Amino acid sequence: MIGITAYGAYLPRARLQKQVIADANAWFDSGLRGLAKGEKTMCNWDEDAITMATEACADALGRAPDRTPAALLLASTSLPFADRQNSVILAEAMHFDPANLRTLDVTCSQRAGTSALLNAVDIAAAGRGDALVVASEHRLTKCASREEMLYGDGAAAVVIGAGDVLAELVGSVSQPVDFIDHYRAEGRDYDVGWEERWVRDEGYMKIVPQAVQALLAQTGVEAADIAHFVMPTDQRQVPGGLAKKLGIPDSAVTDNLLQSVGITGTAHAMLLLAQRLEEARPGDLLLVVGFGQGCDALLFRATSRIAEWQPQRGVSGWLAAGVPETNYNKFQSFNDLIDKELGKRADVDKTAFLSAMYRNRALTNSFIGGKCTKCQTVQIPRAHYCVNPECGALDTQEAYPMAGQRGKVATWTADRLTFDFNPPAYFGMVVFDCGGRLMMDLTEVDPDTFDTGAEVSVHFRIKQIDTQRGFRKYFWKAVPSR
Amino acid sequence: MAKGIRDKVVILGAGCSKFGERWDAEPADLMTEAFEECLADAGIEKNQIEAAWQATGIDAFSVGPGAMPLSIALRLPYIPVTRLENYCASGTEAFRAATYAVASGACDIALAMGFEKLKDTGYGGLPQRSRGVTNDMYYPNLSAPGMFAQLAAGYRAKYKTDKQDLKRAMAHVSVKSHANGAKNSKAHLQRAITEDQAMNAPMIAEPIGLFDCCGVSDGAACAIVTTPEIARSLGKRDLVSVKALQLCASNGEEGGFGNWDGSYVATTRIAAKRAYEEAGIKDPRREVSMTEVHDCFSITELVTMEDLFLSPEGGAVKDVLDGAFDADGEVPCQIDGGLKCFGHPIGASGLRMLYEMYLQLTGRAGPRQLDDPKIGLTHNLGGFPHQNVVSVAIVGRYDA
Repeated sequence: MIGITAYGAYLPRARLQKQVIADANAWFDSGLRGLAKGEKTMCNWDEDAITMATEACADALGRAPDRTPAALLLASTSLPFADRQNSVILAEAMHFDPANLRTLDVTCSQRAGTSALLNAVDIAAAGRGDALVVASEHRLTKCASREEMLYGDGAAAVVIGAGDVLAELVGSVSQPVDFIDHYRAEGRDYDVGWEERWVRDEGYMKIVPQAVQALLAQTGVEAADIAHFVMPTDQRQVPGGLAKKLGIPDSAVTDNLLQSVGITGTAHAMLLLAQRLEEARPGDLLLVVGFGQGCDALLFRATSRIAEWQPQRGVSGWLAAGVPETNYNKFQSFNDLIDKELGKRADVDKTAFLSAMYRNRALTNSFIGGKCTKCQTVQIPRAHYCVNPECGALDTQEAYPMAGQRGKVATWTADRLTFDFNPPAYFGMVVFDCGGRLMMDLTEVDPDTFDTGAEVSVHFRIKQIDTQRGFRKYFWKAVPSR
Repeated sequence: MAKGIRDKVVILGAGCSKFGERWDAEPADLMTEAFEECLADAGIEKNQIEAAWQATGIDAFSVGPGAMPLSIALRLPYIPVTRLENYCASGTEAFRAATYAVASGACDIALAMGFEKLKDTGYGGLPQRSRGVTNDMYYPNLSAPGMFAQLAAGYRAKYKTDKQDLKRAMAHVSVKSHANGAKNSKAHLQRAITEDQAMNAPMIAEPIGLFDCCGVSDGAACAIVTTPEIARSLGKRDLVSVKALQLCASNGEEGGFGNWDGSYVATTRIAAKRAYEEAGIKDPRREVSMTEVHDCFSITELVTMEDLFLSPEGGAVKDVLDGAFDADGEVPCQIDGGLKCFGHPIGASGLRMLYEMYLQLTGRAGPRQLDDPKIGLTHNLGGFPHQNVVSVAIVGRYDA
C-alpha cells in the first residue's frame, strides 16, 4: 500500500490585511476594492521558499527527525537559486543523512507540487523508501495587481511511503497541455496573465474534467463518493463549478483560503490536502488536483490510522497563529518592491565566502554544535578544546544537533543603530535547556511581552542578502515560543 | 613568581590632541599634535626614542595596516615601530608594549602612540565592518550599543532592578561625565546635560539612548616612557610610575559555558584582581584615587564599577546615584569627561585615559584638578560583554 505517512504545513505569522492594499491602490484601480476582503499570509523579510520549506518539514516530521527519507523533492516557482540545488539546502537544514538521499527541485509550473507527489509515489512504489515532498511558495507581485490581492506565502510537506499509511493512493493521472493562463519568463519577477473568463472556460472547466474523469474511470470511483475535493485556484467560482460539472458533492469542495491565506502557488494543493487530512475520517476519498500547463489528479483514501496522527501544528494551527499586519509599506519593503533608502550601514559588501561557507555548513546549515564525550558539555560552535574549564579536553566533541532544542534568553537588546530590514534588530544570549549557549539573532519578537527569560526555539532563516550578487546567506535564529 | 611591572617604568611625557569631529585633520595632523606636546613635556629629542608602538583599531579606514603611518607622520629615525590592534584596548596595549620594552632593558626610551580617524565614514556611530569571514556567518549583525545594551538586560534580571531605576542610574553616569567634560578644552563634547535629557533621548539600543552612548570622534594621544633612573637623570621630579598593567582576553567560556548571566564582564574582574595584586592595592575603593574606565556606554561604566570592586555586586546603581563616582565623590570617575565626552577614537582612548591620570598625578589638570590624587586606574574593554579583551592599568606617584 502506497500513500501518505505524514504531512505538515507552514504559514508565515504576519497576515497582511487586504484592505490596506486596496486603500493604497484603489485610487488607481477601484476594482481592487472587490478583492479587499480578509487577509493574506506574508513572509517576514528573513523568510523565503527554503526557510518556509524547513518549517513545513518540521511540522510533518518534527524539528529533528531521526529518519532520512530516500528522496526529498522541493516544488516551487520561487526558489531563491536558479543554479544551486535548493532542496540540498533544505536537506542540510533538516540534517538529513546524505548517504542515501536523492534530492530534486521541481519547478516551472503551478502543478509542480502535485507533479512532485506523482514522482514520490513512483519512488515509494519502486521500494526505494519514503519520499518527502515539500512545496513552498513566495511569489512577488506587482503593486496594485490582482495577484497582489490573491497570492499568499506558505509551504506544505507530504511524506509518501509504503505500508502503514494515513491515506492510501487509489490512483493518479497527469495530462500536460500548453494552456497559458499566466506565465513568468526567465529573469522576470512577475506573472503575466490572461483574461479570467477565458482561463475559466477554456482552462479549468475543460482541462480539469478531462483529467479527473480519466482518474475516476481508472479507479472505478464514483464522483459522488468523493469527500474532499482539493482544487487550488484563485478563481472563487471554479471549484464549485467543477464539482457540479463532475458530479462531486458540493460539501466536498474545499475552501481555497483566499481570505485567510491567499493562493500559495505550487504549495496550495498540498496545503489544502494537509488541511483536509487533519479533518478526514477513515474511508474518506480525497481528490487532489494540480492545474498548470495541464492537470495532475491524485485520489487518496483515508485509512483507519488517519485520526491517530496529527502534524505538530497543521494548517489549522498556523491559521490560528496569525498576527494582523496593516503596514502595506512593510510588505512592499520586505519583498523589495520599492526602492527604499536602507541607510549607509546597509551599504557594505556582503560577499559570500564560499569555501568558508562550505567548511562551516554543519554549523550554518544544520546548526550542529559539539558535545564533549568526556564531560558532556554542549557547546556552540564545536571546537577542538572543550569550553568547560574543568575539562578542556582535546578533540572529544561529537556533533550535537541544536535545531530541535529550546532555550531561554539571558541577555538581549533591540538595536536601532545596526542595519536590519525590520528594525529594531533583536538579538541576545540564548541559553539552551540541553546546555550550550550562543549569542544569536532573534526574529518575530513581540516587543510588548518580550524580556529576559523568554523561551525560544530556533529556526532556519535568511541571515543576510547580498543584493549586489543575488546571493543570500542562511543561519538559525531564535523565535520566542508561543 | 614574576614580580610584575610595579615601579619599573615611569611616564616621561604625555600628549593628547584635541578630540572631536576633526574634519580638517589627517591622522598625521592628530599624531603630530599629540606628539609635539608629549616631546616637549618629556624634554628629549625625537632621536632619543628607541622604539615605538602604534595603536589603531580599524585599518579599513584612513591609514591602512602596518606601523608606517606613525613612522612616516613623525619621521621617526628608522627605529623599530610596531602596529598593535586589540579592540578597544589597543591604546593601552601600545603603552604596555613600550613599558615592557623599557622594563626589559631592551631600550631606554620608548613611545606609545594611539590614534584613530573615525569621521570619514559618512555616518554616525562606529564604522560598519566585518568581524571575520566565519564569524560574520553566525554572529548577529549588531552595533556597539547593541552589544553593550545586553548588559542592562542581564543586570536587571539578576538584581531585579526596576527598569526606570537602572535607566536613571545610567543617566547619572552620563550627566556626571558631561559635567566633567565641560571643563576640558580637549574634549569633543563640552556641554553639561541634565538627567531629563539623558532619560528622554532617542532610543539607540534598548535601553541605551543617545546620551548613554559615548561620542564618535577623531583623536590621538601618546606617552613616552623610560626608567625612573633615566627620568631623574633628565631632571624630572614628581615621577608617575606604572604600578600595574594587566590584560585579560576571553576564551569563549562566558559565551559558551557556565553561569555567566550577562550582568557583568568576567574579564574585567580577573584583570582588576591581578592589577590590584601587582600594584599592592588591597582596598581599591579606599586606595584608588580616581579612574578612567571604558564608558563606551553608560551601562558599561555602571557594571564596571562593580567589576573593578569599587562597588559591591548589585550596588553600583546606588553608588552611582549617591554620587560616589562624581568629581567630588569618593572615587571620581572620568574626571576628564571620559569616552562620553572625548568620543572613542579606538586606538587613542587608552592613552588618552593615561594622559589624564598623568596630568592629575602631576597636578596639571587645571580646572579639573583633584585634590592630591595618588593612584589612578584606567580600564579598557573591547569586544562584546561575553567575549572581549580588557586592560587595566594602574599608575601612581613613584614616591607614593
